[in-house]
Amino acid sequence: MLLIALLFIPLAFSLITYLSGDRYAKYVALAGGAAAFVACNLLKAPFIAGALAPLTYAHNWISNPVIQFSLSLDGLSFMLVALTSFLVPLIIFTTYGKAIDNAKAFYALILLMEFGLLGVFLADDGFLFYIFWELALIPIFFIALLWGENQDKDFRNRAIFKFFVYTLAGSLFMLVGFIYLYQQSGSFSTAALYALNLSPKEQGFLFWAFFLAFAIKIPVFPFHTWQPDTYKEAPTAGTMLLAGIMLKMGLYGLLRWLLPVLPEGVMLWTPLVIVLATIGVIYGSVIAIKQDDLKKLLAYSSFAHVGLITAGIFTLTREGFQGAAVQMFAHGFNVVGLFFAAEIILRRTGTLSISQLGGIRNVAPKFAACFVIVVLASVALPTTNAFIGEFLLLFGVYEYNTWLAVIAGLTIILGAVYMLRMYQNVMLGETNALTAGFADLNWQEMLVFILIIIGIFQVGLYPKQLMDMMQPSLDFILNNSLK
Amino acid sequence: MKTLVYTSTLGLVCMLAEMFSLRKFILPIAVTGLLVIFGLNASNWGENQAFFHNMVVIDNFSVAFSGLLLLLGVFILVLSGNFYKNEESKISDYLAITIFTLCGALAMVSFGNMAMFFLGLEVLSISLYVLAGSKRKDVRSNEAAMKYFLMGSFASGVLLFGIALIYGETGSFDIQGITNYAANSTPSLLYYIGAGMILIALLFKVSAAPFHFWAPDVYEGSPTLTTATMATIAKISAFAAFYRLFSSSLGSAMPAYAWVLSGVTALTIIVGNFSALNQDSFKRMLAFSGISHAGYMLLAIVSVYGKTDNALFFYSLAYAVASIAAFAIAIVVAANVGSEKFDAFNGLGKRKPLLAMALTIAMLSMAGIPPFAGFFGKYYIFSEAVRAGHLGLVILAVVNSIVGVYYYFKVIIAMYTKDSSEVSLTIKPAYSVVIVVCILITILAGVFPSMFANLL
Repeated sequence: MLLIALLFIPLAFSLITYLSGDRYAKYVALAGGAAAFVACNLLKAPFIAGALAPLTYAHNWISNPVIQFSLSLDGLSFMLVALTSFLVPLIIFTTYGKAIDNAKAFYALILLMEFGLLGVFLADDGFLFYIFWELALIPIFFIALLWGENQDKDFRNRAIFKFFVYTLAGSLFMLVGFIYLYQQSGSFSTAALYALNLSPKEQGFLFWAFFLAFAIKIPVFPFHTWQPDTYKEAPTAGTMLLAGIMLKMGLYGLLRWLLPVLPEGVMLWTPLVIVLATIGVIYGSVIAIKQDDLKKLLAYSSFAHVGLITAGIFTLTREGFQGAAVQMFAHGFNVVGLFFAAEIILRRTGTLSISQLGGIRNVAPKFAACFVIVVLASVALPTTNAFIGEFLLLFGVYEYNTWLAVIAGLTIILGAVYMLRMYQNVMLGETNALTAGFADLNWQEMLVFILIIIGIFQVGLYPKQLMDMMQPSLDFILNNSLK
Repeated sequence: MKTLVYTSTLGLVCMLAEMFSLRKFILPIAVTGLLVIFGLNASNWGENQAFFHNMVVIDNFSVAFSGLLLLLGVFILVLSGNFYKNEESKISDYLAITIFTLCGALAMVSFGNMAMFFLGLEVLSISLYVLAGSKRKDVRSNEAAMKYFLMGSFASGVLLFGIALIYGETGSFDIQGITNYAANSTPSLLYYIGAGMILIALLFKVSAAPFHFWAPDVYEGSPTLTTATMATIAKISAFAAFYRLFSSSLGSAMPAYAWVLSGVTALTIIVGNFSALNQDSFKRMLAFSGISHAGYMLLAIVSVYGKTDNALFFYSLAYAVASIAAFAIAIVVAANVGSEKFDAFNGLGKRKPLLAMALTIAMLSMAGIPPFAGFFGKYYIFSEAVRAGHLGLVILAVVNSIVGVYYYFKVIIAMYTKDSSEVSLTIKPAYSVVIVVCILITILAGVFPSMFANLL
């Protein structure tokens, strides 16, 4: 029952937020996000104790085709649910320092999106998964389209629309894939789909129906062309939702709905996917080095990181899976922290152009300290969360192929190059006219950073709790993927 | 049977009302009448009956489609109250003709005999020729009526020719008789030519490519409410008749035309979608998108060997309510701004957020995005087609659905991101009611599709 409550709290609060009017919307929305977080914490106990069996709920929804409203919460889902229910209120809170037009619609859409995201991570029925998958897309489309800050409206419309069509196109192929699977199995449940025996040829085709949807969402090279412009044009809260949570939908989809369902199809295409993912890692890093726009740099850096996660998943090794899962969690925190830093810079100086900034550390030491911690976490410094993730991922890739691991390992060096150089140009040196009056963090902004930094070190210093929690479900998926 | 008789009577009452100067009450009477008939129709559920030597056959298929058509008739009547307010003296004629259109449509979903089918089609078409030209002083409306009449009567001629050939071969107009003949003997070439001609006439009526050339001009030139009638009532009844004919009697001729029909389906989907892309008029865009919807619905006809009536019904329902909502909003906007182009919708999101939200939902549903009814409509049709082995056609349809998103989102983007021309909009309560009901059905059928998905 609590599971249902967790899922529907954001939906209910989305309505209440819309009805509460522009003035109170942000408080109601934060309360809604916090309520979902509380519900999530109440569900925590069995996973901390290392329970094997998922929490489930099932109710008949549609009789033809047989679609169950069935939810399942295991360790892996719980990690993502926890990430979502923690980050959404945090993201809502990051917008407090800014006046937002039509606030009631903005916050209502954020909560509606949380509903879609939680549904994706909880669904145990393929069709339900698909519906939530699409449902999460509509709010973020409007958030990005209507509250983007760039003045060039036509460019923004085109960029956001490209994102929408791109992701929708991918998911429609997934729908055809699900229809095909349903014709074979008569059910959309994970149990039935995992038990299917399809010929290798069918699996080879179906692989692409699903992989396209996930690869576009993640994004994997060469399906990433929507990403940098969308991240740049969306309001920062929207970018945080996209990068912090939404792309995990694609990674989660790989783990839950692709690898165990089509193991032979995966076998067939694994070499290609790993090579593409590795190309993405290097390509994203190299392009990030050349960026002058802070948000675009972060977008390419995020693209490089998720490329490594994808490669780790497709190694089909225990370490690759562990690393991917930990890194999904870590990346959520780090990317939100980075984009928040970019947002603060944008709010105070009005620009994101790295070459125009400089010397902020001289006038805003607290901001500089927080920012450097998040930057170091994202370049995977030991003791931070991303170190655990990237180490395991590279270990997994190494087990698959030594040379690929060497190439993918360059990401750590290249990451350090562009992140530290960005930090140097933005924060160090002499102040200029733009940055001389840079005000240091206020308590609200400080609070956001403190929460993120706690998350960074908690996972960095003591990853065992998180990993133990996810291990049973990862093993289950791995066993099904290797049958 | 009752349904058809009472609806015709209601049409006559509307004509006579003028004589007894009941003009003011005529609209409420007509709407109440149709709602009562809707109830009577529903009471026929689960009965299989035939009347007048099999002329009219009542089964669940006909009851379901009659119910949908009656509902659409109610919507259109409610909208017509304001739509014709400048021509008050003729309101009874408009209403009567609209109800006669409905009579024709009802006959087309419950016929048991070729003669009845032809009669229904003609009653429907002739009423629509008149309605299309009902803006007498508008050249476009006259052009639309003329074009529709010429092309439509040509198609009727082809249909009649086909029926005659079938009669010559089988010696029967009766659907059951034709079915029996085809089952017990090997039909000659005449039979196949006859079936092919009937096929062509029906493809013309549902505006499938390459028989679609009349549709955009007729849709654009006709008064918007008539366009809505053509896009919903006429199209759905033609598809129901299509299914009824080719799932039973003429089904034996289907294998000969399977390739042709698959090709027509593919062409219709492609032509509809790609032509809709470059329109700058909302109404014309809806006309072309209607062609593409006809293509998706043809998938149910191509896969007729499975039992695809349910999928067809669900798709019709989803498409019709979203269309009615879109046309109603287009009428409201056109009445206030004076244009039917996409620009007319600029800034609607700020001026009338709820109206904009309603149009957004209608467009999302037409584009097939969950959780709205149109998504399940597409889902059911696509899965029937996959089951029937038309995987290639389904993939083509999916790719085209993505193209569809482009033009449906044109209006959404105009509403929310373009600046408004600051004209205040007024919405008549009748319009609000119809729009709200349509949107509610769109959401309900999307969230609880089982309500409608297992009817047949």
